Amino acid sequence: MVDIREKFDVAVIGAGHAGCEAALACARLGLETVVFTMSADNIAFMPCNPHIGGSSKGHLVREIDALGGEMGKVIDKTFLQSKMLNTSKGPAVHSLRCQADKMEYSKAMKKVLESQKHLFIKQAEVTEILFDEIEDSSNSHYKKKVTGVKIFSGIIYEAKAVILCTGTYLKSRCLTGEAITYSGPNGLLPSNYLSESLLKAGIELRRFKTGTPARIDGNTIDFSKMSEQFGDDPVIPFSFDTNPKDVQKPQVSCWLTYTNEKTHQIIRDNIDRSPIYAGIIEGVGPRYCPSIEDKVVKFPDHDRHQVFVEPEGTFTNEMYIDGMSSSLPEDVQIAMYRSVPGLENSRIVKNAYAIEYDCLCSGQLKPTLEIKNIHGLFSAGQFNGSSGYEEAAAQGLYAGINASMQILNKPELYIDRSEGYIGVLVDDLVTKENLEPYRMMTSRAEYRLLLRQDNADIRLRSKGHDVGLISDEKYDKLVTKIEQIKKEIDRLKSTVVGANKDIQKFMEEHGSSPLKTATSLAELICRPEFSYETLRDIDSNRPELSNDVIEQVEISIRYEGYINRQERQVEQFKKLEHKKIPADINYDDVSSLRLEARQKLKKFMPVNIGQASRIGGVNPADVSVLIIYLDSVYRGNKHED
Amino acid sequence: MGSVLNNFSNDTICAIATAMSDAGIGIIRVSGKNALEICNKIYVSSKKEHNLFSHSPNTIVYGFICDESRVEDEQIIDEVMISYMKAPHSYTREDVIEINSHGGMIVMNQILNLLLDNGCRLAEPGEFTKRAFLNGRIDLTQAEAVMDIISAQNQFALENSKSQLQGKISDKIKGFRKDIIYQMAFIESAIDDPENYDLDGYSEKLKSIVSSLISDISKLIDSSDEGKIRKDGIKTVIVGKPNAGKSSLLNVLTGDERAIVTDIAGTTRDIIEETVRLGDIVLHVIDTAGIRNTDDIIEKIGVDKAKEKVKEADLVLYILDSTSEIDNEDKDIISLCNDKKTVVILNKDDLSDNIKITDDIIRVLFSDYEYDVLPIIKTSMINGNGIEQLKKAVSDLFLNGHIVPKHELYITSLRHKNLLVEAKNSLDKVLESIELGLSEDFYTVDLTGAYEALGEIIGEEIGDDLANEIFSKFCMGK
Repeated sequence: MVDIREKFDVAVIGAGHAGCEAALACARLGLETVVFTMSADNIAFMPCNPHIGGSSKGHLVREIDALGGEMGKVIDKTFLQSKMLNTSKGPAVHSLRCQADKMEYSKAMKKVLESQKHLFIKQAEVTEILFDEIEDSSNSHYKKKVTGVKIFSGIIYEAKAVILCTGTYLKSRCLTGEAITYSGPNGLLPSNYLSESLLKAGIELRRFKTGTPARIDGNTIDFSKMSEQFGDDPVIPFSFDTNPKDVQKPQVSCWLTYTNEKTHQIIRDNIDRSPIYAGIIEGVGPRYCPSIEDKVVKFPDHDRHQVFVEPEGTFTNEMYIDGMSSSLPEDVQIAMYRSVPGLENSRIVKNAYAIEYDCLCSGQLKPTLEIKNIHGLFSAGQFNGSSGYEEAAAQGLYAGINASMQILNKPELYIDRSEGYIGVLVDDLVTKENLEPYRMMTSRAEYRLLLRQDNADIRLRSKGHDVGLISDEKYDKLVTKIEQIKKEIDRLKSTVVGANKDIQKFMEEHGSSPLKTATSLAELICRPEFSYETLRDIDSNRPELSNDVIEQVEISIRYEGYINRQERQVEQFKKLEHKKIPADINYDDVSSLRLEARQKLKKFMPVNIGQASRIGGVNPADVSVLIIYLDSVYRGNKHED
Repeated sequence: MGSVLNNFSNDTICAIATAMSDAGIGIIRVSGKNALEICNKIYVSSKKEHNLFSHSPNTIVYGFICDESRVEDEQIIDEVMISYMKAPHSYTREDVIEINSHGGMIVMNQILNLLLDNGCRLAEPGEFTKRAFLNGRIDLTQAEAVMDIISAQNQFALENSKSQLQGKISDKIKGFRKDIIYQMAFIESAIDDPENYDLDGYSEKLKSIVSSLISDISKLIDSSDEGKIRKDGIKTVIVGKPNAGKSSLLNVLTGDERAIVTDIAGTTRDIIEETVRLGDIVLHVIDTAGIRNTDDIIEKIGVDKAKEKVKEADLVLYILDSTSEIDNEDKDIISLCNDKKTVVILNKDDLSDNIKITDDIIRVLFSDYEYDVLPIIKTSMINGNGIEQLKKAVSDLFLNGHIVPKHELYITSLRHKNLLVEAKNSLDKVLESIELGLSEDFYTVDLTGAYEALGEIIGEEIGDDLANEIFSKFCMGK
């Protein structure tokens, strides 16, 4: 065969949610980028749930947008229903969630990729990663350097960086009871060769599983037995760049029903036919996204579980049965679904299944999502052991940016745990031995009162601007917004209303206790019976401000004490993050470390003391030892930034 | 970088572990990976064999310390018992050897020098304990306690340090932390999985849990003042105008004639410090020059010093001559006492027909005094009247009439106290959030604050300056 070599800067393997963001980031930063997909008709495909966002995942989408990613913009164009979750709780846990029109989403994302300069989509199975050995590794910790990839036909694509975004396709197999098919999700082709190439390069892989519920023909569902779930009015867009006016449109409903004792009995009677409980599945599944059989086994005293019936799109009748993913045999599935009110006569279009796949032991990653020891090999998404579209997209963007920064010889992007959910996600992946697919949750973020979805732009846009994904124009807009917020907060704190008759009458009308002395508007906003809006009548000098500015002003004033206290916690946290661990540290020299801690530190190679302290098996006494060691060994030349 | 490291963990250290005196027995402790090898070089059995290796750990071996560089007849330095504790089953978790010799400073020093010649390094103060900490055998509070035991000045301080060493503070703090983390975990679960975790009525439950934690932590905080006083004693200053009887009071308290007592006002110009034992507590009493406006330069220095000492004091004993009128100098002194625990002593009670100052006059003058109780005691230094009442008043003022309870836990470290206060403040904020009706996700901000502050006490949270803290504790010559 003729030796054909295509030349690119970056090769992205996989065009799912991680791959799309990675490829777009690289191409937008001016690098020639090729993105490989098993099927060019299934770009940014959603093989599981038909929604984007939700608790903590909505935060990720906002952060992706703040940094210059695409997910938020595409869902704003293609959603069917939008809802802000947890509005009865504090602003930290508010989360935006949109039902997606799956096919429209996929089409829209494909169009963005196709229209992107420097970006080329290639339908092919990558079978091999190509490396150069680094002979003289005295100046770096790299042992290999990526040179490109080879596809099934034998054609070689040269690249300075390769980003692995293989999702659930590596050596995947789908299980429905005893029926096993060796395919990717939704019957797509699996990728069967790449794993061997990775193993040969010394990369440690493991096997995870995840699952999806059945899709049921909407014509066979009796919606009158379910309660209708509406979207919000008005809709708040995901992207900071979407004009709110463009997302106000008629929405499609979802439906809520419940399992019952009969459902649970059917599951219990057939539990031995579940591949997990029968021991056929070797992969470890996500605890936080359990199958219905897991829920029935784990919560035996719950007499029902929620089931949301959600549309897959406007192009199809298929309805997604959220809450009832399963790998039970199809005959059990039919009985199980038909036991649920509204689904008595339902017919399954696509049965529920579990999928098993190869993925990375993510402790091999650096905080840039580059694999340690291999220069230029990055990875993102489900391949890194996470679950979820949003987690994947966030990593894809992060890895794409860092691969680009490496090629462009610019400073790497680093987001720490106090700056974003993305930082929490990446840090958890690189410091913890995650034994199951990693799902983002609000509880994983220590400083979540600061990491709100409403202020993702304020937190991260400047980083997006620094790397070059956010235009000057957008950045200037943010700077103006921040100035407006500060100015308005100052104004409200310094504008004082006297305890006069008109004011007391106003207070009475709003059910608030009369003022004893002159009081600032800021203090009034802190009273639960008032909001920024309700004070309009006694605030004559109020400037015209947009809703997003008002939102920040109100949150900043109302929760000032909490925010300040959390900021102090962050200061403490930063002190340990700023204690750098030199890359050339030899843990064998630190003889007073316990053996387990030493092994873990050698394996994870944390970049700072804070990260070291989060590695499982490294206890506080070990960290103290490390601090003392670093202080005494490096006392002369402080490794702090 | 290895050589720097050797300074703290890679080498073998030795030190004399018992007090340097001509006692009947003395112990030299050796710790480190070469402990056995080094000791074997200087040890011979009765059959003149270097066979320390042949004995099993945790046994005691009889033999001799032998300096083979000397002439044949003078080689034996002492007849000893050697115990060997193999890592990690030792105080430092390293190989430890203890040489029990016949004591005596000369012999002990000879053995020590022999060890140094054979590859040991002289241990820094507290270095065995530091190694125990670095090797994870003890936590920070326990390490602190070891230091306290070594320097304990009285029975109470010793008892308290011992219970701290046994981890009683750690246990208690761990208990608090467990309660807090459980609640945090519940809130987090409920936020992430509202379908399976119900928060209805939870805030009331949390309120009662947090209130009870606050009350437990407050008890520990309250114990700290008392604990510190029992451990360190009370800094006491005697003030009063010249010749009111300050030095006589000190002499009566110490039962000794230390201060110069004359009828000439201003005789005591230097600061005199004495330690006085009052039952369970110790007063560090400072007698000051009489405070009065003076032109005498030497005395002026004494007066300024006295004012300074009052600022540092825990207790002021203000003594007045009850036969002379109150004047501006007294008012000056009283202004110094307003924010100090004070006992007023009306002296020269024996001259009862000439009394010019009464309790009522004093109470009026002390109208700005910040404490609830102002004991006023009438004394006579001539016949000793009132001295017992004075002692009782002091004891009541600080110990609230408590008798030393044997096994109660006291906080004696300022570091611990500050962190406990921090934890308590955070928990108060949690209650505040509940009162304000905020949603559960706000509670975790301050629960986290409390959890971390408590963790720092026992070294389970890593403060960035922990290393410095450890160094300062261990290298201060203890």
